[in-house]
Amino acid sequence: MQNKSIAQLAADLRLRTYSSVELTKHYLERIARLDPGLNSFITVAEESALAAAARADQALKAGDAGPLTGIPIAHKDIFCTQGVKTTCGSRMLENFVAPYDATVVEKLAAAGAVVLGKTNMDEFAMGSSNETSYYGAVKNPWNPDLVPGGSSGGSAAAVAARLCAAATGTDTGGSIRQPAALCGITGIKPTYGRCSRWGMIAFASSLDQAGVMARSAADAAFVLDEMAGFDRRDSTSADVPVPDYVDALDNDLKGLRIGLPKEYFGEGLDAGVARSIQAAIDEYRRLGAEIVEISLPNSPLSVPVYYVVAPAECSSNLARFDGVRYGHRCAEPKDLEDLYKRSRAEGFGPEVRRRIMIGTYVLSAGYYDAYYLKAQKIRQLIADDFKRAFEQVDVIMGPTAPATAFPLGAKMDDPVSMYLNDIYTIATNLAGLPGISVPVAPVDGLPVGLQIIGNYFEEARLLNVAHMLQHVTHWHQAAPVGFE
Amino acid sequence: MQWETVIGLEIHTQLATQSKIFSGAPTAFGAEPNTQACAIDLGLPGVLPVLNAEVVRLAVRFAKAIQAEIAPRSVFARKNYFYPDLPKGYQISQYELPVVGKGQVEVVLEEGAVKTIGVTRAHLEEDAGKSLHEDFHGFTGIDLNRAGTPLLEIVSEPDMRSPQEAVAYAKKIHQIVRYIGISDGNMQEGSFRMDANVSVRPVGQEAFGTRTEIKNVNSFRFLEKAIQFEVERQIDVIEGGGSVVQETRLYDAAKDETRSMRTKEEANDYRYFPDPDLLPVEIDAAFIEEATADLPELPDAKRARFHTQYGLSEYDANLLTGSRDLADYFEAVAAASGEPKLAANWVSGELMAALNKAEKEIAQSPVSAPLLAGLIQRIKDGTISGKIAKQVFEAMWAGEGDADQVIESRGLKQITDTGAIEVMIEEIIAANPAQVEQYRAGKEKVFGFFVGQAMKASKGKANPQQVNEILKRKLQG
Repeated sequence: MQNKSIAQLAADLRLRTYSSVELTKHYLERIARLDPGLNSFITVAEESALAAAARADQALKAGDAGPLTGIPIAHKDIFCTQGVKTTCGSRMLENFVAPYDATVVEKLAAAGAVVLGKTNMDEFAMGSSNETSYYGAVKNPWNPDLVPGGSSGGSAAAVAARLCAAATGTDTGGSIRQPAALCGITGIKPTYGRCSRWGMIAFASSLDQAGVMARSAADAAFVLDEMAGFDRRDSTSADVPVPDYVDALDNDLKGLRIGLPKEYFGEGLDAGVARSIQAAIDEYRRLGAEIVEISLPNSPLSVPVYYVVAPAECSSNLARFDGVRYGHRCAEPKDLEDLYKRSRAEGFGPEVRRRIMIGTYVLSAGYYDAYYLKAQKIRQLIADDFKRAFEQVDVIMGPTAPATAFPLGAKMDDPVSMYLNDIYTIATNLAGLPGISVPVAPVDGLPVGLQIIGNYFEEARLLNVAHMLQHVTHWHQAAPVGFE
Repeated sequence: MQWETVIGLEIHTQLATQSKIFSGAPTAFGAEPNTQACAIDLGLPGVLPVLNAEVVRLAVRFAKAIQAEIAPRSVFARKNYFYPDLPKGYQISQYELPVVGKGQVEVVLEEGAVKTIGVTRAHLEEDAGKSLHEDFHGFTGIDLNRAGTPLLEIVSEPDMRSPQEAVAYAKKIHQIVRYIGISDGNMQEGSFRMDANVSVRPVGQEAFGTRTEIKNVNSFRFLEKAIQFEVERQIDVIEGGGSVVQETRLYDAAKDETRSMRTKEEANDYRYFPDPDLLPVEIDAAFIEEATADLPELPDAKRARFHTQYGLSEYDANLLTGSRDLADYFEAVAAASGEPKLAANWVSGELMAALNKAEKEIAQSPVSAPLLAGLIQRIKDGTISGKIAKQVFEAMWAGEGDADQVIESRGLKQITDTGAIEVMIEEIIAANPAQVEQYRAGKEKVFGFFVGQAMKASKGKANPQQVNEILKRKLQG
């Protein structure tokens, strides 16, 4: 069952080959048996999952079912879920239960999806290896000595290990695409504003976007169909019609213009990864696509710009965690200042504290113009690069990450090297563009991701382009040993 | 040395909306603590603000009322600081691009001179909650009902030169926000709070002196006293060889003094930056047209009209346009009675005195405009004298009915029957021969004695003019 596509599962549920309760129990059993070695879940919501599955079976019986009815999924623990705790990977929210569902959670529940639990993540989504989680690192199902990537590492590992049919993720600088690449799955970060941010705990508001992590582009299309759309509770969500992503999957790629930015194939890119990307490009050539070399001249500035803008926003977004109304509070505070200082020092881990400090610095009097304002200007230049590129090409392709998964602990003492893992993904967040990572030929048995970047609101095209590759190749079907 | 005072005001006025600026929670005053705060006001994780369009409409009305520029694009920014009653750790305000730009108001000073005071800007922001320090046994209580209440912060130019000018300006802004219906201006409930920036400089010097800011004053009287104290304090400091420290001060009304709250060094670095959760506010001509189409006549225009249309003095016109309710009341009395001057005298005199004594607003007056107009008509047609009218007014105030009913039931109708008055006067003359003698000997003052006797005998109801005429005739014999 765990290797079936969402379309197959949905068909089986309709034919009552098995019930949603049986399917849910099957996944819960796999989680109980296999997740102790991975640590991909923070919370498993067995009771509410089985209740939702029973409701889905009722709907299926009544013939009142959508494509996701009864399909077991998982939510990144950054999405608020009413009645199930939401930790955001932090000690700060160890016992936090939100009194509301995130819009994404609400929409998927309305579509009939069954939520198995909440997946592990870097604390407050700050990290590229899932090692900053207060609930312990997640292990890569392809090799437990390696990181799964981050920050949506729990969702990526759970999908790769077939512990759920699909999972939600969030992507602020590559947090869906990079772990998708490192775990050998498909992960799509939609256009900024495509999915509502209501109830999604904010890291950097102008960059955060919810997306889908699944085993294939087709599976991702089924889930994104239900997640996307305008939400009046999020002023930054886009009031743009949502096309049917499943309908567009099989469009022909003849004449598709693919841009390869020369900046994405230079120094720092692993030779094996480069070869895998080339092999995938060759497949596209065979499918009738036209390859064009392009340039994104400002892209080398994207990492420094990101590490000004994202910490600035996070320093303000995380100010609400003060120990006053909810969340971690230090024992026996002496006075107000002591309450603030110790609650926050104890509640936040080192990476979160580092980013709050950087963000506070770049916004402070005397430094604002030199850092924050300048970063915003360069951010515009980066977006302009893409705008020019999309006058020439339909999609842009390149590696998702510079190398395959690295060993646990390898980069924890070197934040800059860790930050450089997102060098190819960050620019799309700064520009607000959609991107997808799809598995291509592995290197030394480890997954490699091809990143495809599209123009604003062209998720349908990205899923189509990814799907057509998956139509003619089998890279996305490979399962890690022990999780088949 | 001669010193000149320089004052600028920042006024926080609460906008009269049903719900909060970024959430759907109600804004009503006086509810149980923490019963009017939703997840957004509490700053729970994952919540997002959505702008209440009504606040923009109200800000636009204000802009129009002070002839200010309206920003076609304005931006909300975060003001970051930690405080327990500030749930998100930042206040959403406007910084570089406020919705209302440069404008101005005119104030009438005591000597009757008119002065123009510049408004630098006005911006929208959310209020914080309230910290309650009593009754919690060493702890602080937090009430977040106020959190997210919409405020318009109106910032003046440093154009005022005395505490009295500052009060005149503050009253003017108070009058305008109430006129155009954007705030109830209720000072007891904190709907209108003033911060004063005060400095002094030697007369003739162009550069400003170091200023201090007096925070959170909520009455005009306290504003005047606080500034007065602060000016004297600053002059004392400088003349004593010291220098004024830039700081925030609080006014203690009980001690009538200001005292230091925090100095510039202790001030927060607010790290303002555009709020990424909110889009810029874009205002077009159609929105402005719709928001301001029903703007009422503004105080200055009304004052000028009362002066010309009703022939009222500047003083009366200013007084009667103090609030829209009062002006409307006056106009109703003037129209119904056909006697604008009498109406002005009665409204600004007897009625205002009674309202002040009873601590009532004009809207709560027991004597309605038609009732007062009815009374004035009876004065005009001679049914009662002005003096008797005061008695009738008191009875109407006490709820004894309209003027005619009171006159009837109390028998206050003026006696205009010449025969009856003659009989009465003849009796008085007969009873007071000594006084008659004096009068006839040329002591004309005694005339007043006879008038008094006549009014006493008639219980004030005799027509005074007739009494005068008949007395004069009979006394001359």
